[in-house]
Amino acid sequence: MSNIVTALFLGAGYNAALVGIGASLLGFAAGAAGTFLFLRKRALVSDAVAHATLPGVGLAFMLMVFLGGDGRNLVGLLAGSMLTAWIGLLLVEWMARRTRLAEDAAIGAVLSVFFGAGIVLLTIIQNMSQGRQAGLESFLLGSTAGMLFQDAVVIAIGGTLAVLATYVLRRPMTMVAFDAEYAAASGMNVRRIDLTMMGLVMAVTVIGLKLVGLILIVAMLIIPAVTARFWTERSDRVIWSAGIIGAVSGYVGAAISASVPAMPTGPIIVLVCAGLFLFSLFFAPSRGVAAAIIRHYRFQKRVHWRQGLLSVSRGEPIHDPMTLRVLRKEGLLRADGVATEAGRARAAKIARDERRWDIAREVHQDAGLTGRYDGLTPIEDVFTQDEIDEFDRIIGGPVSVQGQGAA
Amino acid sequence: MMGSEFVMFSLTPLLIGIFASIACALPGNFLVLRRQALIGDAISHVVLPGIVVAFLFTGVVSAVPMLLGAAGAAVVAVVLIEAVKRLGRIEPGAAMGVVFTSLFAGGVLLLEQTDTSTVHLDVEHALMGNLESLIWFKAKGWHSLLDPAALASIPDELWRMAAVCVLMILLTAVFWRPLKISTFDEGFAQALGLPINAISFGLVIAAAIAAVAAFDAVGSIIVIAMFICPPAAARLMTNRLEVQVLWSVAFATLSAILGYVFAGYGPLWFGSANAVSAAGMIAAVSGVILGLACLFGPHRSRIGAGRDAAA
Repeated sequence: MSNIVTALFLGAGYNAALVGIGASLLGFAAGAAGTFLFLRKRALVSDAVAHATLPGVGLAFMLMVFLGGDGRNLVGLLAGSMLTAWIGLLLVEWMARRTRLAEDAAIGAVLSVFFGAGIVLLTIIQNMSQGRQAGLESFLLGSTAGMLFQDAVVIAIGGTLAVLATYVLRRPMTMVAFDAEYAAASGMNVRRIDLTMMGLVMAVTVIGLKLVGLILIVAMLIIPAVTARFWTERSDRVIWSAGIIGAVSGYVGAAISASVPAMPTGPIIVLVCAGLFLFSLFFAPSRGVAAAIIRHYRFQKRVHWRQGLLSVSRGEPIHDPMTLRVLRKEGLLRADGVATEAGRARAAKIARDERRWDIAREVHQDAGLTGRYDGLTPIEDVFTQDEIDEFDRIIGGPVSVQGQGAA
Repeated sequence: MMGSEFVMFSLTPLLIGIFASIACALPGNFLVLRRQALIGDAISHVVLPGIVVAFLFTGVVSAVPMLLGAAGAAVVAVVLIEAVKRLGRIEPGAAMGVVFTSLFAGGVLLLEQTDTSTVHLDVEHALMGNLESLIWFKAKGWHSLLDPAALASIPDELWRMAAVCVLMILLTAVFWRPLKISTFDEGFAQALGLPINAISFGLVIAAAIAAVAAFDAVGSIIVIAMFICPPAAARLMTNRLEVQVLWSVAFATLSAILGYVFAGYGPLWFGSANAVSAAGMIAAVSGVILGLACLFGPHRSRIGAGRDAAA
């Protein structure tokens, strides 16, 4: 445990600190950029983009060896991967727009075919004399063991640029994500903005190849955004919360991976992120599962409360255990099931409101007001005191309720 | 190429490739039409944790527990996706992305934590499969097909894959009408009293069975590619489901044969002695077929636009 704490404060050595900073930068960029993808409901396009990087890596390696250079130059490999990822992206776009195939089929086709082609290239490279130590497989799952300072610099610069681009483009991208038609009507080039958004995603993917690998970078793009969405209803806050969630996952994941043996960085980062997601799924206010259960219980209570009091006002016995429990707890019912003074007063009020609603429906024919009758909304919330007085005049004076047995 | 060497080295991988492709393409037709194409992608990712867990329980790399583990993981993933979708009110694509990447990460982590140095179990194998190694050692030539002793040494994968392929054909034939109706008009299917949720879940389970069986033999790339590419290409060839399914089977078979031949013999034509990944090549060929269908398929355009070209 103390190892993790040391690592969290960048004390686990130079390489580990480098990886930690790189991972949090990458996490921030991926979280923020992925938010637009999620809001646009195209989260899985990132999967196609990520898989489409593989043939580019292979081609770049072969080209660099062919030109007599070192095939493992990271910048060269990333440039190659960016090229094929872009081609894959355009193909997804083209297929979904030009043919009758849906976008999900286009995504699946591009990701599997490009990945297959990438694997073919990797086997060719393995057979090349320079290819034996290429280690290109590390791009599948990422590898931080031999991360060089310049790799970290590439990640840092790329991540910063991606975050800056997200910041600059956040308004048009938000608009397209929420209402593409409106954006088009107000003169925006939706297709170009979409492609820019995808370009951003692609940039993050390429930067993340070295660190978490092409399969798990998808998680870094999707999970933070989904997690952040639980906590807020405002798009700008979702963007930056997703960035922070990504950064925290990256940082903590890298620290755990540096301090515990046999903990690969990429999967750990993703699992930390998945842990945050699970926590949010259950415990986020208003959108979380726990909040939904509490809301449901409160609603149930109000229904039972009202039905119970209506029974009291009509002098009917109550049998439902939950109704009894709710009313007893509020002191409206005695232990033997007889209404207390307060209970009878409440019941009279409920019964009278019910009568008021009946009158209201006769007086006001418009459904706008009386349509709000759901049995739980207090009549005072819908009508003014004057109107209620008018209803009371029509009904006549209050009649006392004598509790159980007498109406 | 047609002699005893072919029977020994290429016949079984080729047949396994064909069976795997057809077994995946059949449910793929319905998945593509229902816009659930990516469920195949999700399933093939979660197969890894399933296999690792199965290995942890049994301690051996043997087919049956691994298949069970993978199938279990596929079911867990489908249930989790549905749960995340409903509990969190998240759109299906994102829910899928969250679930399968997390499970995959878990699988990789478990794999790293486990001592698998003595057994052949790694991520690359899971992705790329091992089609080339499924050799029929005792085959001496075509006559070995009639020799019981030689037949007994055919790799188990072949029988398993053939059985799953037959199962998929049977399932498609038996449930043809409910599948077709519920795919095209869910409301109508419901009005007829068809259990649409059960059909939908059954389809995903069938896809999972095909994926898991194929995965064992050929790796997950072929699985994803075959779920989507042949049916998608077939979709662009016709407007009739019957014809589409036949096209998809034809495309799947063609991809498997061409892919295997290109991978095994293609490098020889370029003067290289080493074969390339057959699984990757089969996926690539299916992509080329889909690309051609996108460019020239008679029914490639959206409603109406492509009819003239077809006539």
